[in-house]
Amino acid sequence: MVGASLAGLSAVRALRKQGYDGRLVVIGDEPHRPYDRPPLSKEFLAGTLGETDLVLETEDEDLGAEWLLGIRATGLDRAERAIRLADGRELKADGIVLATGAAARSLPGSEGLAGVHTLRTLDDARALRDELAAGGSLVVIGGGFIGAEVASTAYALGLEVTVIEAAPTPLAGPLGAEMGTVVSGLHTDHGVRLLCGVGVKGLSGGSRVDAVLLEDGRSIPADIVVVGVGARPCVDWLDGSGIELDNGVKCGADGRTSLASVVAVGDCANWYDPRAGAHRRVEHWTGARERPDAAIATLLAGGAVEPGMPKPPYFWSDQYGVKIQFAGHAAGADTVTVEEGATGDRNVLAVYRRAGTPVAVLGMNQPRLFTRWRKQLAAATV
Amino acid sequence: MIPACRLEDLPRGEAVRLDIDPPVSVFHTDDGELFAIDDTCTHQDASLADGWLEGCEVECPLHASKFDLRTGAVDAPPAKLPVRTHEVVVEDGTVYVKVSEAAPNLPPCVASRLAGGPA
Repeated sequence: MVGASLAGLSAVRALRKQGYDGRLVVIGDEPHRPYDRPPLSKEFLAGTLGETDLVLETEDEDLGAEWLLGIRATGLDRAERAIRLADGRELKADGIVLATGAAARSLPGSEGLAGVHTLRTLDDARALRDELAAGGSLVVIGGGFIGAEVASTAYALGLEVTVIEAAPTPLAGPLGAEMGTVVSGLHTDHGVRLLCGVGVKGLSGGSRVDAVLLEDGRSIPADIVVVGVGARPCVDWLDGSGIELDNGVKCGADGRTSLASVVAVGDCANWYDPRAGAHRRVEHWTGARERPDAAIATLLAGGAVEPGMPKPPYFWSDQYGVKIQFAGHAAGADTVTVEEGATGDRNVLAVYRRAGTPVAVLGMNQPRLFTRWRKQLAAATV
Repeated sequence: MIPACRLEDLPRGEAVRLDIDPPVSVFHTDDGELFAIDDTCTHQDASLADGWLEGCEVECPLHASKFDLRTGAVDAPPAKLPVRTHEVVVEDGTVYVKVSEAAPNLPPCVASRLAGGPA
């Protein structure tokens, strides 16, 4: 098992649940046992949850795994079916699960400048939490979900917050332009400044950042900068291994890779999605939680299982006290209809349709109706 | 025993929430069985009556933790603690709940609110 976060842990659990009782080694490049990442931009950053609250394993859980933590995998030897580690060790295995996740993209030229953060790991969150506690002005580069959640948390902590988004509308990719406008309107509702359609030229400062420089010439003063410009799959270490890579590890609809006895799950895996008719690398918590069950069944059966129809991808976000939930694929929808509530109230249920067929649903503070629609989407045939 | 609803008013696949403190929900499964559990997810403040009922499991509407209606056991993170289960009695077409006397596993935000502290 290469990777010790939610996807790796879920795969370990699936192996034991599905009857594998042999030796199991989990390799993780972070020094921590599996922890929950969603609170890192929310309750943990706000200081209302501590590190023990993030632990994913339960107290009485004994998975019988060996944990090699704080050490990076550096290569996969397909002929030997072995994983090479940074310390030179080599581990041979009958089966390999790739769950190395994704890494936050950084801003070129921001290296070594104090006060500039990305947010992906527990260590990232500790550092950012400590800086936010001191207050001041925060500029968030990127109006995606991580950026928006950090902005929301920092606003609640009393910081002066600006969000900068290069695209004309934040969240247009995952939510479409219409609903992207509605959801990102939460920033301006709360007096958080949102600048769209303008790129970042660079950062200014000596040893510590003092401003974000925009391509239109403006300079936005900043005590703290958070760069939330997406993540890239951690698959560089697989270069030259012979495994097929394409925006992550290219996988079938059941997690199989181009190599026998090797499956991939979580953010590093680009699974084929039969609903979308295309490969979709999903960076959602629920994907990392649910897909390992199928991938492990594939691994244990030697690839002889027929993959079931997956649930539509689902994610949530909490911003400014509003619960945002989304399921399905917004891309390809030709209409978006408000079925309940009103967009102006930030209390809304919207259904995305393609040629009259529901393909996605968005809820803001509508968990009950949202779940009904999500169920309906899952039941719909392709 | 607390009356929940008329059995005829609770179709299969549906749930009804009792607004007691802490709230309890009665689920009517697709197979026609009735189960009562604490309504609040043990991870965060979410109503399991709003969740996804499938077989004898309900999935939390927010973060997809699954609870077994028969035992209260949690099957998937992020929740780690079980919910309480309660006895369900049907008499003369009315569904009643006998609330468990065990201590509930409420999420931190709800537990502190009930204790009178900050939410």
